[in-house]
Amino acid sequence: MIRVVLPPHLRTLARVDGEVQLDVEGPATQRSVLDTIEARYPMLRGTMRDHVTQLRRPLVRFFACGDDISHAPPDAPLPDAVAKGSEPFIIIGAIAGG
Amino acid sequence: MSRVRVLVGTRKGAFVLTSDGTRKRWKVSGPHFAGWEIYHVKGSPVDPNRIYASQTSAWFGQIIQRSDDGGKTWQPPGTKPEDLMGPDGMPKGESNMFVYDGVPGTHQWYDGTQHPWEFKRVWHLEPSLTDPDTVYAGVEDAALFRTTDGGKSWHELSGLRKHDTGPKWQPGAGGMCLHTILLDPGNPKRMSIAISAAGAFRTDDGGTTWKPINRGLHSQYIPDPNAEVGHCVHRIAMHPSRSNVLFMQKHWDVMRSDDAGDSWREVSGNLPSDFGFPIDVHAHEPETIYVVPIKSDSEHYPPKGRLRVYRSRTGGNEWEALTKGLPQRNCYVNVLRDAMSVDSLEPCGIYFGTTGGQVYASADTGDSWKPIVRDLPAVLSVEVQTLP
Repeated sequence: MIRVVLPPHLRTLARVDGEVQLDVEGPATQRSVLDTIEARYPMLRGTMRDHVTQLRRPLVRFFACGDDISHAPPDAPLPDAVAKGSEPFIIIGAIAGG
Repeated sequence: MSRVRVLVGTRKGAFVLTSDGTRKRWKVSGPHFAGWEIYHVKGSPVDPNRIYASQTSAWFGQIIQRSDDGGKTWQPPGTKPEDLMGPDGMPKGESNMFVYDGVPGTHQWYDGTQHPWEFKRVWHLEPSLTDPDTVYAGVEDAALFRTTDGGKSWHELSGLRKHDTGPKWQPGAGGMCLHTILLDPGNPKRMSIAISAAGAFRTDDGGTTWKPINRGLHSQYIPDPNAEVGHCVHRIAMHPSRSNVLFMQKHWDVMRSDDAGDSWREVSGNLPSDFGFPIDVHAHEPETIYVVPIKSDSEHYPPKGRLRVYRSRTGGNEWEALTKGLPQRNCYVNVLRDAMSVDSLEPCGIYFGTTGGQVYASADTGDSWKPIVRDLPAVLSVEVQTLP
C-alpha cells in the first residue's frame, strides 16, 4: 500500500482528509502512483501533471524520504520505504506568490 | 416576489450573494473554492440552478466546477462514477482538459518574437441561451472552447484561433485572453468575442469561420492605423433586443457599432477618462450604458480617487457621473472587465465589484449605490441572475 500526501488544495478538491492510501499495480514509480491517484480521483487530472505532456506542473514538487525527487525520471523506482508504505510520497505546491 | 442572485468570482474564492426583489438585505455564501482564483461564475439562462465556475491557480491549473442547485453545492462535472466512463470503467475526468485542436502554433509575444500557444486558464464562461448543458469558454492563450455535455468535456472551436491573423495576436499585460463572448439571441449562428490584445471577432456560422470586426478602432501604439488586429479590446456589450448594436470599452476609447461590429465610432464624449475595463447595458433601455473610468493605462484607479460609474442614456457621447453612495475621496480601487452586471428587475439593478473587495449594488439604475459586501478578496467577476 503506497501512502500519498496531497497538498491542502488538492485534498479539498478530492474531498479527502489526511493521507491517501493506494494499491499501485506494478512497480511504484512517480508515473504509476500519479496514474493511480488520478484514476481514483479524476478531478485531480491536470493538477499535478500537464494533461497532454504528462510533465510535472512547474509549481508542484515531489518528495520522498526527505529528498526532492521532482527531477527524477517519472519511471524511476521510488525508494523502497515508499514502495513498502513505511514512508509517504509527498506532493507539495510551491510556497510562492501568495 | 422576484429574487436576485449575484455570483462573485474573486482572487481567493467565489461568493454567492442573494436578496429578494427589494435588494436591500443580502445573504452572503462563501467562500466557495477557498484559496483559488475564480475568474468567472455564470448561470444558465435556461436553468438558473445550473451554474458554472472557472476555478484556477498557477499551482494546480484549471478546474471547472458546476452547481445544479443554485450555488449551494458544487462538483467538477464528469468525476462521479455514474458520469462519463472510459473503457476501463473509471470516470474520464476530462472536465479540466482544454487541449488545442491540432498543432497549436505560435502567436506574437511581448517582445515581438513568436511564442507557442499555451493554455493557462479559462477567463470567461458563457452558457448557451437555449441549452443548460452547452457552454462556451473563452481561454488564455486566446481560443474558444465549447462543452455540450454540461462541462464534462470541452472541444475547441478552432476556426477562431486558426484565423490568418493568429500569428499576429499578442498578449496584453494580463495575458492573451478571450474574455468576452456575446451570443445573439435572434441568430444562434452569430457570436461576437473579444481578445486582449487582438481585438473583436465575429462568426456568422456557429463558430466555424470568423472575421475581425475592428474597423474604425484606433490604437496609438499600433504602427498601422488601419490594422486589422492588435487592438486591446477590454470588453464588448450588447442589449439582447438589439444585437446589431455593440458597445466597446477599449484600451482608451469607448466605442459603438450599429452594424454588429463591421464598423465602429467613438462615443467617449465628455468622460473624464476614456480608459477603463467594464461596460454594460441597462436591461430595459438599450441606449443606456455604464462604464467605470480609470485614470490611465499606467494608473488603474479612479481619477482623483473618486469612484464613479458613468451612465449615458444616449448610447454614448453624453455621460453623467453617478456618485451617490460611492466613495468620493481616497478611493484607488479598480473594476475589472468582467466585474459589472445588471439584473432585469424594475427598476434595473446595476452591480459591480472592485479590486478592493467591495461589491456595490444600485437598485435604481445607478442613481444611488450601496455596498453589499466590503471586504472580499479582490473581485474578478460579477454576474447577476434574476430569479422568479
